Amino acid sequence: MKRHLLSTEDLSRDDALLVLDTAERMARVAEASVRKLPTLRGRTVVNLFFEDSTRTRTSFEVAAKRLSADVINFSARGSSVSKGESLKDTAQTLEAMGADAVVCRHSASGAPHRLATWVRGSVVNAGDGTHEHPTQALLDAFTMRRRLGRVDGLAVTIVGDVLHSRVARSNVWLLTTLGASVTVVAPPTLLPLGVSSWPVEVSYDLDAVLPKSDVVMMLRVQRERMSAAFFPTEREYSRRYGLDVDRAARLADHALVMHPGPMVRGMEISSQVADSARSTVVEQVANGVSVRMAVLYLLLGGSGETT
Amino acid sequence: MSGETVAPANTAGSGHTAGSGHTAGSGNGRGQGGSWVLRRVRPLGGDPVDVLLTDGIVGAWRPAGSTSPDSEGLPPGTTILDTDGLILLPGLVDLHTHLREPGREDAETVESGTRAAALGGYTTVFAMANTTPVADTAGVVEQVWRLGLDAGHCDVRPVGAVTVGLAGQRLAELGAMADSAAGVRVFSDDGHCVSDALLMRRALEYVKAFDGVVAQHAEEPRLTAGAQMNEGEVAARLGLPGWPAVAEEAIIARDALLAGHVGSRLHVCHVSTAGSVDLIRWAKAKGWQVTAEVTPHHLLLTDDLVSSFDPVFKVNPPLRSARDVEALREGLADGTIDCVATDHAPHALEDKETEWAAARPGMLGLETALSVVMETMVVGGHLDWAGVARRMALAPARIGGLPCTAGDPGSSLAVGAPATVTLLDPSPRRVVDADALASRSRNTPYAGRSLPGAVRATFLRGRPTVLDGKVV
Repeated sequence: MKRHLLSTEDLSRDDALLVLDTAERMARVAEASVRKLPTLRGRTVVNLFFEDSTRTRTSFEVAAKRLSADVINFSARGSSVSKGESLKDTAQTLEAMGADAVVCRHSASGAPHRLATWVRGSVVNAGDGTHEHPTQALLDAFTMRRRLGRVDGLAVTIVGDVLHSRVARSNVWLLTTLGASVTVVAPPTLLPLGVSSWPVEVSYDLDAVLPKSDVVMMLRVQRERMSAAFFPTEREYSRRYGLDVDRAARLADHALVMHPGPMVRGMEISSQVADSARSTVVEQVANGVSVRMAVLYLLLGGSGETT
Repeated sequence: MSGETVAPANTAGSGHTAGSGHTAGSGNGRGQGGSWVLRRVRPLGGDPVDVLLTDGIVGAWRPAGSTSPDSEGLPPGTTILDTDGLILLPGLVDLHTHLREPGREDAETVESGTRAAALGGYTTVFAMANTTPVADTAGVVEQVWRLGLDAGHCDVRPVGAVTVGLAGQRLAELGAMADSAAGVRVFSDDGHCVSDALLMRRALEYVKAFDGVVAQHAEEPRLTAGAQMNEGEVAARLGLPGWPAVAEEAIIARDALLAGHVGSRLHVCHVSTAGSVDLIRWAKAKGWQVTAEVTPHHLLLTDDLVSSFDPVFKVNPPLRSARDVEALREGLADGTIDCVATDHAPHALEDKETEWAAARPGMLGLETALSVVMETMVVGGHLDWAGVARRMALAPARIGGLPCTAGDPGSSLAVGAPATVTLLDPSPRRVVDADALASRSRNTPYAGRSLPGAVRATFLRGRPTVLDGKVV
């Protein structure tokens, strides 16, 4: 593994598989009676969250604690960051505290990359702007592999606000690296202009793509996108790109429905579909802890062998 | 570059000795700088000759190497410089410089910015209006102009804001700035686009009264809200909001039509896209008075550099694609783009050592421009040195309304022309060291990059501002 996990775009197939295999072993820890490993005892993991995200922060916190690391939660709100302290100052502060790993969530694309140039410890990108969210993609791939036995050769359809989605970007790179074929479906306004250079198929027609999909991944669509004229109304979006029961019936029996959360029920996904047997939404949360344990373990000096 | 001084001639009744240029630092830049012979210099890269600079003008051309301290006709105190192999160019003119004073003296001052200019071979810079306070009154433009005189490293021609406070709402007192001691002829809201079509039309018409020109920062603001980099493949990958080419091109098309309609002069700042080159070519073919500039960085750098997320590569308009770079080089070569302008934009470290979105856009340019143009245009065969003289000295001088500008590169160095010249050593390659620059800021995108050529000397009306690559 490299020292940092900043993106899946530059993650090799071998490293990605190493994370997934390690996560598999970590998942068994979660199933044991004592759900804790001593591996990272004495190491310090800082959760540096400039954006509110209770789900992701908690997932990293649980992961670090299961590996016996000391966890410091450093949120922008109520700290010196809200008083105008720069990212570089924050980095130097963490450096002085001896952080072994910094888990960074930031609203600016590339912020963890900058951070990585200023600290000695490992930086884990926990979501940067509209760029990447690599651990989300790793947990999604992990979930597919657990449910369907493989990622290689799967047809994965990613639906929704691809333009603003770091989850979509990380999944596109990781899943194609792992041999899946990816189709993105969205209104043209919510696809980046440069999408033609991505290793994906592009479609505006969800109904046509669903029967061929092994996995359909629904992305959250923020209501405020309407004000910038990305689409006319919620109802129109939902009619054309939402996954309701009727539409889900076009899926093959084995096909999965995934969502990175938080969901907007009734917008991109209906409640019945979100709670159906083919939905992996809750599993994804559980798998997130295993994958983040694996990432922290591997970055902080693990050899790939669990002790 | 070594020099030896001619002893005062016995026949010289005045007893005046100019020494070896040490008188140059005094005065306000209008004084004479003694007499100099540039031995074996190559005007516009041509055959070597000895060129005499005296009384602020080009005094004589003599056969190469024929001048010695004993030569007849040399004024007393003449310094003979060994300039063997150096290329002699007319002094460079930058239509687009941010000197940051008044307001952001931590990033640049008129003194530091014009030192950088002289070291880059520039003898005139046009100082952009986006200072604090904005240069939208006669008072502020005169202040900047006087600071330039005091510094004395090159001529400073202030640019006046088109609208009050660059706010795009109502016209600034353009006539007062034109009539001021600063004699403003170029007006620009640079950094902001005069996006209101009616206001732009009025500005274009109004400045005709004093032969002014409106230099437009072409950016349709509705298409670039929140934009961080060129919209395209790299932006799609990096998840940075895109700055589409059409936001520049739509304004250029509109403004060219307006300039044609009212018969006014339009200058387009920092053209960055292939489409813009096409539009300017079209406007010129119509016979409209449209001129354009391109920056050195848009001639060399592309948007894939943004992948590092290092804001030293953040600039407005943004770095574009390789296809755009090629079109800009061709446009500059064939004259569609009239000139190179640096858009030298110093920023304090804290405005660049941040996450990408929080960083301010802009790059240093004055001290590297000639080298970048040499790399992209001369080495690549797009321009000869006469072409460089046109694009970096004569055309910007003409657009900016500078007095006494010669018509062609040859006559700009002929006997009787102002001794406002630059000497470039084309042979060395150097690795750019941000800490070695004269600018107060360090935001050069070329740090660590090898570039050809080195400015060895700059003369402003016969007075050296740079000798041996150092500020005099």
